[in-house]
Amino acid sequence: MTTPSRMPEPYGQQSGANLADILERVLDKGIVIAGDIRINLLDIELLTIKLRLIVASVDKAKEMGIDWWESDPNLSSRARRDELARENAELRERLARLEELEPGRAEQKEAP
Amino acid sequence: MTGLRYVYAVCRPFGTPLQSQLTGVAGDPPRGLTHHGLVAVVSHVPERDFAEEPLRAHLEDLDWLTETARAHQGVIDALTTVTTPLPLRLGTVFRDDSGVRTMLEAREEDFRRTLDRLEGRVEWGVKVYAESEPQETAQPAPKAASGRDYLRQRRAQTRSHEEMWQKAETFSVTLHEKLSAFAEDSRLHPPQNPALSKASGRNILNAAYLVPRAHSEEFVEMVDRAKGESTGMRVVLTGPWAAYSFAGEEQLTGGEKQ
Repeated sequence: MTTPSRMPEPYGQQSGANLADILERVLDKGIVIAGDIRINLLDIELLTIKLRLIVASVDKAKEMGIDWWESDPNLSSRARRDELARENAELRERLARLEELEPGRAEQKEAP
Repeated sequence: MTGLRYVYAVCRPFGTPLQSQLTGVAGDPPRGLTHHGLVAVVSHVPERDFAEEPLRAHLEDLDWLTETARAHQGVIDALTTVTTPLPLRLGTVFRDDSGVRTMLEAREEDFRRTLDRLEGRVEWGVKVYAESEPQETAQPAPKAASGRDYLRQRRAQTRSHEEMWQKAETFSVTLHEKLSAFAEDSRLHPPQNPALSKASGRNILNAAYLVPRAHSEEFVEMVDRAKGESTGMRVVLTGPWAAYSFAGEEQLTGGEKQ
């Protein structure tokens, strides 16, 4: 059997892999076979609630193609822009209030 | 023989023995159970941990899960060095050897088809991270003298963040297109949770590529070249993995689902 001569680390170590890399594969990928011990991994509270990566459907991501992150508010640039606009408005409002409270300071800085 | 049977993978018979010190999920060395020309790689696990109730409880325990997942992956990894295994999902447990044989028989056709499809291929994982807030660390903002200055700084920051995201997205799309054109198949996975990955920066791309071993060196070089291409982008390669992301039944029909 030929193996590529250049591996990131000794073959079989997977030292570049983090826990998420391992869990997303051993829990969410691979072949599903109903054994004698019936465990539905999706019923496991830890996996579904604490580890969000398990519930996110890969099929859904696939259907959405490379734009898949658009649906995630944490990653979508549209969602980020909306949030920034909101934050901006809020800051302007806070600033206006502060300048009202401190007329002297604001005038001093803005004087020509 | 007592205990339950934990099955890691199904493969074709392989001549090379597994590493002698290899231990499975409960410390028992894995062995091959051959039936109808297929091998189920199995180890014995105690009922007190792997019967339905205790297993369910254990899976809620992240430390136990971590240890078990690493042991499972360790066996798959060892198999990957000697053959092309079909990895089974963690926690596939049977009462006895005859239960495993029955399963091999029932799924024989599927296994053979998938083994043929994946023969000689491995999976490579590629992730892209946008290093978080590079602009702020690069040039710490002077203390705002006034509200107006503060807003100006905020706007500049917002703009540079926006540019960074655009850049990260463009970089990831381009890299994914290039790698998937080279690979036989590819899968996009959801971005990783930093609580688990302990990785810094934001995970933008998390993809898996199916690559023949013979072309793996070239693939690794392509990824290596991408590493220095763009500042603020971190490219992480993992593998070679067994073809976890390509072994599922949904792929048996071949290719992308509509």
